Amino acid sequence: MPSLGGALLALAFLAAVFAAVVALAGRNGDRRWIDLSRRSVYALCALLTACVAIVEIAFASDDFSFNLVAQHSSIETPTFYKLAAMWSSQEGSLLLWAWVLSIVSTVSLYATRNKLRELVPWATAVMMGVAAFFTGLMLFAPNVDPFATLSPVPADGVGLNPLLQHPSMMIHPPMLYSGYVAFTVPFAFAIGALVTRRLDADWIRATRRFALIAWALLGFGLLLGARWSYTELGWGGYWAWDPVENAALMPWLLGTAFLHSIMVQEKRGMLKVWNASLIVATFTMALLGTFLVRSGVLQSIHAFGDSTVGPYILGLIATVLIGSTALIVSRLDDLRSEKRIDSLASREAVFLVNNLLLVALTAVIFWGTFFPLISELFTGSKASLAAPWFDRYTTPLAIGLVLFTGIGPLLAWRRVSWASAKRVFLVPSVVAAVVLVALVALADAASEPWALALFVFAAFALTGLAQEFWRGAAARRSLSGGSMPAALAAIVSRNRRRYGGYIVHIGIAVLLIGIAASSSFQTNRDATMEPGGSVEVDGREITYVKPTVDVTPAYLEFGSLLRVEQDGKRVATLQPSRRYHRPTGEEAGMLGGFFAGESTSEVGLKAGLRSDLWTAVEPDITGVKRRVRAADAGFRACLRGAPGTPEQCKALALTMRAAAADPSLRARASAQIGQIQSVTLDRIASSYLADGSASTFRIIVDPLVTWMWIGGLIALAGALIGLWPSRGRRRGALVRTEGDALKEAKYREIRDAELDHAAGKLSDEDFAALDAELRREAVEILDRVESGNGAAKQIEADEDQDQSAGETREKVPQG
Amino acid sequence: MDPQRKRKIRLVAALSVAVLLAVALVYTSFSASTEAKEPSELLAAPPGTSYEMSGRVVKGSIEREGDGISFLVVDRDGESKALPVTYDGTVPDPFRGGREIILTGSVAGGTFVGEPETLITKCPSKFTTESDA
Repeated sequence: MPSLGGALLALAFLAAVFAAVVALAGRNGDRRWIDLSRRSVYALCALLTACVAIVEIAFASDDFSFNLVAQHSSIETPTFYKLAAMWSSQEGSLLLWAWVLSIVSTVSLYATRNKLRELVPWATAVMMGVAAFFTGLMLFAPNVDPFATLSPVPADGVGLNPLLQHPSMMIHPPMLYSGYVAFTVPFAFAIGALVTRRLDADWIRATRRFALIAWALLGFGLLLGARWSYTELGWGGYWAWDPVENAALMPWLLGTAFLHSIMVQEKRGMLKVWNASLIVATFTMALLGTFLVRSGVLQSIHAFGDSTVGPYILGLIATVLIGSTALIVSRLDDLRSEKRIDSLASREAVFLVNNLLLVALTAVIFWGTFFPLISELFTGSKASLAAPWFDRYTTPLAIGLVLFTGIGPLLAWRRVSWASAKRVFLVPSVVAAVVLVALVALADAASEPWALALFVFAAFALTGLAQEFWRGAAARRSLSGGSMPAALAAIVSRNRRRYGGYIVHIGIAVLLIGIAASSSFQTNRDATMEPGGSVEVDGREITYVKPTVDVTPAYLEFGSLLRVEQDGKRVATLQPSRRYHRPTGEEAGMLGGFFAGESTSEVGLKAGLRSDLWTAVEPDITGVKRRVRAADAGFRACLRGAPGTPEQCKALALTMRAAAADPSLRARASAQIGQIQSVTLDRIASSYLADGSASTFRIIVDPLVTWMWIGGLIALAGALIGLWPSRGRRRGALVRTEGDALKEAKYREIRDAELDHAAGKLSDEDFAALDAELRREAVEILDRVESGNGAAKQIEADEDQDQSAGETREKVPQG
Repeated sequence: MDPQRKRKIRLVAALSVAVLLAVALVYTSFSASTEAKEPSELLAAPPGTSYEMSGRVVKGSIEREGDGISFLVVDRDGESKALPVTYDGTVPDPFRGGREIILTGSVAGGTFVGEPETLITKCPSKFTTESDA
């Protein structure tokens, strides 16, 4: 099997190179070459799928002839984690990278198979260049071949580190990887657009969904990572500004900026240089994230060991960065904006500000993350920046962002008059003012001005967004009747991109409330208690009722039962504990290995909408360890047949000696040892209960932290709504000419303006002026299309296109 | 004012703000950072200054002392004189002898006193090249 996998991987490498070369041969638009290169990409996807299947089958069937399986799995590893063990290894995660890339390449090329014929060959070449890089890395770089074999084949593997045996391991790494990888698609199409000078919004329309998918996957991966870290002791809570966390956050922030600024290019033909640069930066950051976890250049809690592929990835990053920059600079003339920003009171102006904030945030995080290298360069010694430094800069930027999360959706495109602005800003501003007064008067929020500012701005944003939904639904209802919920469902399903985006905004505002509250108003306490002792934390009386013990084949668990009372009433019973895992390959019958191997904390958590109570324990096991040492010494003496040992010992020593000579007796010997071991373990474990020694507890009260997870899930739901294809699109691929697409885009702008007017976002005068302008532009387009200028090129129809655009079509000629 | 000029003024204003912010960033980062040192460099360090120490915990040296623990660390390559360390509070899961740690604190009386909640133990897992298991 390993040799088959190796052969398939080599074929995959050849397929990627072939696809890239053939795509370039078809750069003049020759269909045969383009079709051939696309089919080679399909083949690459099939080959890599087979490679992944072979590796996963090897994991599932404990095939330790694979070095990869022997190093990262074992017979006792639960099946669920055997499957996840692939990406706990370096070679496995490279394979995952290449595989996901082949999938997104296939999907993006299938979706554009009848479009963008000039641009697609270049995009294919870029994606396949990256694919060839990663498959080539596995084939030619030292020590990262997923199909490397072991000889002789070991009887058992090393196993997956118990710390990684957490359900999140199954989804957190693949989500992050897929997010990183999916940004390759918009990057590749941007390069294609730059090379061919097709710098209108075509490449954006073709790849916007991939950018959104990448953003959603990366965001979900980050959220899962935060949640995982929150439930572990000593990982710094949900966020610790650790370099590897930052490495995943930076492309996500730039991706957020990109998703906003491309709308400005689509609607207004502006920010072209900016968009091209942003996607290059986003992709570079994604590669940098991949690099950081493997290079060992920065001190991180995610220490992945020094690896051999770091320099290669650095080479790829340099190539991408230098090549793309040169390309953008050489195309500056073609990247000129078609229009200028009319007014600072317009949605595009707000998008620009939000972009600057997001880029500033990324720049701060980048500086802080790489500061150890920067300081070494200038001062000769590595110095690092801790969380307070990051907080100082990111807090005000995040507060600015949450404000614009609210302002952006309230403004229309192009320009808004004072009268319109007053109408939409009134209610949110009043609510924000009320929240401000209430928080200062009723809570101690004033002691944390940054948190207070965030709460007030979030209140503004949430009210503004609610008002958007309310007004949109009311306008819909006044047109077509029906109930309010039905009208709400109708506007969301007919304008998925717009309202999906608003839902994401709601989620982010809620998430930031959770972060601000839990980081500013956290109560944190370390306490040492004996059984029966109690401690008061933030109005809760926490009593250490009794110690607990659990003995399983995989681990020893020492814990404690905690009773939590508030106002004399029992509100929760928590059981934090610490597990000591049995190491693999220990000496037969010895117990000391439990305390030399990994140990993991199981957190006792009582989650609530108002606050979480988080507890972890560090039991005092000095007594247990002493008894284990004594038991191990006794067992050794017993096997040696030392004088005074019981009769059973002699029998066991005989069995073991016989087993050493005759392998068929081994099972019996180990069963006997296991029996003795488990009796001893039970005795020692229960002695812990009698010890009654003091344990050290960490107790944290985290207000509103649950809203962080809720907000994250709301944002994810919003992204899914924005991604869901609309009915028109699902009916089948629409093939349109360029003129048609321009027409549709203009109709959509008119429809947007009508919706904004109906929802009260635009005053009558503003609407009249804007509408007249849009209709004039529409007539111009119609004239051009009819004279047959724009019909040459086929282009993707926008997914927002639906039935109501048809309604608008009838109205336009009147204008 | 003619729009060309207005735009230019806006651009200059925006760039100045950006430059100011960047200068603040650079300045504070150098003053707020803690110097990273290895145990051997800290044996003779002046007391009172805060350092970020990264080193390897000596196997078998961890002892409980009241609410905290004490242990010895050596340089990451393992060849240096051991530095005694004390730390109060709960320790991360992967913490044990032989592991690499990062800890912020200062030297007092020849002992490195860690600040609570700054102890980071490197997760030895993924992509590991170490095989001390």
